[in-house]
Amino acid sequence: MVAGVDTRTGEEAASDESPRPGPREPARPAVSRPRSWYLLPAALLFGLFAAFPLVLVVFLSFTEWEGIGDPALIGLDNWVRLFGDQRVLDVTGTTLLLTVLCWVTQTPAALLLGVWAAGPQRNRAILSSIFFLPLLLSTAALALMWQRLLDPYFGLATELGPLRNLLGTGTGAIAAIVFVIGWQYIPFHMLLYQAAARNVPKVLYDAATLDGASRSQMFWQITLPQLRNTIITSSTIMVVGSLTHFEIVLLLTNGGPGTATYILPFEMYIRGFRALEFGYASAIATVLVVLATTVSLVIVKFSGFAKMRSTLEGM
Amino acid sequence: MKTATPHDRPNWFAGTFTAAWLVIVGVPLYTMVSWSLQTRDGFLDNGPIALPRALTLENFFTVVNDGFGRYLVNTVIVTVACVVLTLVAAIPAAYAIVRSRSWLASTAFRIFLLGLAIPAQATIIPLYLIINRLQLYDSLTAIVLPTVAFGLPLAILVLAGSLRDVSDELYDAMTVDGAGPFRILWQLVVPVSRGSIAAVGTYAALGAWNQFLFPLILTQDPDLRTLTLGLTKFRQEFQINLPGMMMAVLLTALPVFVLYLVARRWLIAGLAGMGGR
Repeated sequence: MVAGVDTRTGEEAASDESPRPGPREPARPAVSRPRSWYLLPAALLFGLFAAFPLVLVVFLSFTEWEGIGDPALIGLDNWVRLFGDQRVLDVTGTTLLLTVLCWVTQTPAALLLGVWAAGPQRNRAILSSIFFLPLLLSTAALALMWQRLLDPYFGLATELGPLRNLLGTGTGAIAAIVFVIGWQYIPFHMLLYQAAARNVPKVLYDAATLDGASRSQMFWQITLPQLRNTIITSSTIMVVGSLTHFEIVLLLTNGGPGTATYILPFEMYIRGFRALEFGYASAIATVLVVLATTVSLVIVKFSGFAKMRSTLEGM
Repeated sequence: MKTATPHDRPNWFAGTFTAAWLVIVGVPLYTMVSWSLQTRDGFLDNGPIALPRALTLENFFTVVNDGFGRYLVNTVIVTVACVVLTLVAAIPAAYAIVRSRSWLASTAFRIFLLGLAIPAQATIIPLYLIINRLQLYDSLTAIVLPTVAFGLPLAILVLAGSLRDVSDELYDAMTVDGAGPFRILWQLVVPVSRGSIAAVGTYAALGAWNQFLFPLILTQDPDLRTLTLGLTKFRQEFQINLPGMMMAVLLTALPVFVLYLVARRWLIAGLAGMGGR
């Protein structure tokens, strides 16, 4: 490692800001800084396969395309159709419902588990590593596993009594999706809260203990305010994520029963890759992007998250 | 190191909730393992929750003889390619972002940050078009490129975060020794960010291994199925063979569980990086 820096460094550093030295003095150039082309591989990959598609999807929303040949411009037709489409309205409603339900269930659970897991006891570390396991499963594996577990004839669901046919009713299917998403992602958010809770200065608790504060007072008046930034980060990830739980819907309920669990990305997929209306599907995708961006921006705006440089700020 | 918790009294409320959560997480995982080690008849007699009376590897062989090996190879190729490409692209980019004074670097960083919020699902139609036009449809490359692209923002964020903590003196010292940017990258940046590189690599591996969306829309050849896509085939074939299905699910996850045992620290660091900054 480069730890053996000698005392020269300070003086040398001071002269670094001077104009470029002569070309034949490789020992004392201006501070070596990477050229912009160091960004090139990342910029190319990200640009071509993430940023450009984002632009292209808007363009495609003004076209008609069946997946072969060239997309043909058709003006605003898709958008006119979209705004008169009752089904898209319903699907948006389901998407928002799912988002709210996910936030309402995951945030308290993750907070509680995260703050608990932040404690130094050894059993907490062991339990946290077990809690973490669902996060390792692919959504595909997890959705198919739960579909089998919720099988009303042979699965675990047979132990659930009246709830055994959970995936057979609209409300039940939505509840199942919310539950399975929580099962997978609560550990992730728990991890965020655990890391943040460990960073809360211990002196705050010591002072509160001296003042005779109760545990719940400490939680509401120290822990929670100190976790503010993490709550915002976690909520942003959660909300934007909830808009896009396509895989779990596809594999767990396939949108059913009926269209009860259709959410926007699923509707987009069906419109595109099943009905081959790629232009119309792109319009739905555009709505999704706008929705996700708006939500993130609103959260960022009202939280000052953009100004934050590190989680340690304000300590 | 941390000293004792500020609350030394037992916390019944959190304790009870944690115990409940242990059941919620543990029972399905236990069930997955227990089902997959029983024969179909044994499972039906036994019921979903009871301890298996007799263990069998029958399901293991059913799954392995049904194309699992092929899917495994595909997934390994995709995963390795994704990790390598992610690191090759993200490390120099993070270095440039932290050390370059060019406006390009700061603009790029802002764009990458925005990239964190792009829902990959919303881009599958244009991606399908782009991949088709590049003549890459139905290849493993088609899976790798977008997977890397969508993983880059977080990778760069985590790496740049750790590079910011490197003091200017270290860079200056290297410069004094006559090192150019590339040597600094190789002899300073890479060694000091080993931890973050491990975290980013592990996280990229997990993401690639579990990727489902891109294989679904960008390939159709049965021989190119990754494990996640293979699972949907098993679902069709094992309609009523619940133990077989569970074994398939378990086998796709097994390598990740092993990785978790070995590289738990890096995996968690990679995941935490997402919210850490």
